[in-house]
Amino acid sequence: MSRDFVMVDNIPVAIEGEKNLLSLIRKAGIELPTFCYHSELSVYGACRMCMVENKWGGMEAACSTPPKAGMVIYTNTPKLRRYRKMILELLLSNHCRDCTTCEKNGECKLQELAERFGIKRVRFQNTAEQPKLDDSSPCIVRDTNKCILCGDCVRMCNEVQNVGAIDFMSRGAKMTVSTAFHIPIAESNCVGCGQCAAVCPTGAIVVKKETENIWAAFNDKKTKVVVQIAPAVRVGLGGKLGQKAGEDLMGKIVAALKRMGADEVYDTATGADLTVMEEANEFLERLESGEDLPLFTSCCPAWIQYAEKKHPELLPNISTCRSPMEMFGSVLKEENKHSRRRTVVVAVMPCTAKKFEAARDEFKEDGVPYVDYVITTQELIQMIKESGIYFSELESEAIDMPFSGKSGAGVIFGVTGGVTEAVIRRLAEDKSNAELRSIAFNGVRGMQGVKETTVPYGERELKIAMVSGLKNAEDLIQRMKSGEAQYDFVEVMACPGGCVCGAGQPITDAEGKKKRGAGLYAADKMCSIKRSEENPVVMSLYSDLLKGKVHKLLHVDYQKGNR
Amino acid sequence: METVCDAVQLDRILEKYQYDPGSIIAILQDTQEVYHYLPRCVFPYFSGKLGISEARIFSIATFYENFSLEPKGKYVIKVCDGTACHVRKSTAILDRLRSELGLSSSKKTTDDLLFTVETVSCLGACGLAPTLTVNDKVMGMMSPEKAAELLKELKEENADA
Repeated sequence: MSRDFVMVDNIPVAIEGEKNLLSLIRKAGIELPTFCYHSELSVYGACRMCMVENKWGGMEAACSTPPKAGMVIYTNTPKLRRYRKMILELLLSNHCRDCTTCEKNGECKLQELAERFGIKRVRFQNTAEQPKLDDSSPCIVRDTNKCILCGDCVRMCNEVQNVGAIDFMSRGAKMTVSTAFHIPIAESNCVGCGQCAAVCPTGAIVVKKETENIWAAFNDKKTKVVVQIAPAVRVGLGGKLGQKAGEDLMGKIVAALKRMGADEVYDTATGADLTVMEEANEFLERLESGEDLPLFTSCCPAWIQYAEKKHPELLPNISTCRSPMEMFGSVLKEENKHSRRRTVVVAVMPCTAKKFEAARDEFKEDGVPYVDYVITTQELIQMIKESGIYFSELESEAIDMPFSGKSGAGVIFGVTGGVTEAVIRRLAEDKSNAELRSIAFNGVRGMQGVKETTVPYGERELKIAMVSGLKNAEDLIQRMKSGEAQYDFVEVMACPGGCVCGAGQPITDAEGKKKRGAGLYAADKMCSIKRSEENPVVMSLYSDLLKGKVHKLLHVDYQKGNR
Repeated sequence: METVCDAVQLDRILEKYQYDPGSIIAILQDTQEVYHYLPRCVFPYFSGKLGISEARIFSIATFYENFSLEPKGKYVIKVCDGTACHVRKSTAILDRLRSELGLSSSKKTTDDLLFTVETVSCLGACGLAPTLTVNDKVMGMMSPEKAAELLKELKEENADA
């Protein structure tokens, strides 16, 4: 136990390894305001909202000051209140104030803090300019006029995702966050992961919304709307709809979608089961031939884009399997091929990059995409709110026939390590429950960014790595290139923590992310079928709809489109 | 008009700094020395060789006033507008140069890429005020007439060459 204390507003608070005063103060139960502080990013100290006063009346930024024994600080003095209000007023002076029509309305940190500090009047002339929208990307929309230059997106893009599509340009009053040469973001090296939007405190970067298209399809009697829901979605919306964070709400989501006008609702976990089957086969084939190892997973479209843009040499190593969404999308389109009504496949995803994936040429037949629209969990929540449905009072409904079967292996696809665990379940010769438990405790679970495990296979041990966050993926690739590390199978998810932490999900903290992961593992427990190959839907698909079409409907060649 | 980068030349610069990403400012300065500005092609090239994102390099290039993303003229004329030169009517010299060449505060380089006219805050040659430099050669005790004469000489010099 530490005996070192800091006096925070006359209350002693023990220093327990906190890196900065800010975390110490928050531990003491004081919500210091911040714009630019995120525990997973480096400390930037730009917004100056977390200033505290020391006993001599000096000011220090709590985020960038390490706690020292004997410090005496105050967090709520007249000087600090004046100071914070001034910052907010200055930020608002050139900021768009049309809150009601802003995508971030109700979720905006600037709006929240302006309310918290009682900003009723901005004394400065409003110099906000007309919005300069960059909506070139199918994933995100940028509006530089709503930017407060906190740099969260820049650090996320560089430090966590190693993409570096955006940075600060120019300086002083002319400073903006932009791409190199101010090219549209879609033409930059952006991979569409959307994590910039997930950390943006204002409406400067938001997820592109497609809800209007879904409403139109729901209301069109000539259109059959088939919806598939990704594993991570069911544990992502609880917190925002009056339910427990991380709770599995699949039944209620199905009910809500049916009420809003969906004709059929399915679970992308069924598609994930197909992915497991195909990917396990592919892995075995490659092990046999010894070629193109390690095998990299292909479920994550942001990772695919990252590999295409930064590591085209790795494309032969990436699985040819389509993502679960695209596998299921093509199956659903094939199933409805002879339907008299036009079939529209809608995917509800925790992900912004899936919007890009759905629009790729590889996933179109005669110009028609297999998945017509992708909406994020956030958009689904918005639609539920718009519909006026009392979500908490909805009676759960089951997913539709003929694709109602899913396995627990497909469900855990939404969390880092889940794809690997599902594939191991498929490959393990021992199908006992004890084996299932031992797989789970073999290092595949947990929210860490890099995980490793080994699995016995014949006479050898297979080395498997699981990474989430593209910087972690890059480090792993470099270690493999230098010969320092060697793997047979590598699972990559672009968002730290996996799909449950995707940018399409409502924003949450580390605790909330953990709960979502736990929610998926709990949902797995509730599945009577644990392994993909035991899913009867999968079996009947192979013997019927997929016969002779496995390659056409379930695989993709990303190398072909690459120059 | 876009410059095509000479990979050998850029590699020479990179080698001088041992491909150190931390030396990016010096690398850009040396590059500007060669091309008189930073051509677009250097950004992807350096990004690939140094492992820094293009956006980060562009960020650095736009942060410093000294880096130019626009091609510059053969003759870069910098008119001093420091205090001493200003009170000795440097503005009139600048205006004359601009009107002779059809330039303005936003258009700094002539279309034939012969002249670039910029201002500079102080050249440290206040005793010679008002001053200007032509490709770093200092000319003192200038007047609008002398400036016009200078342009004529430079044009002739260029025609002879």
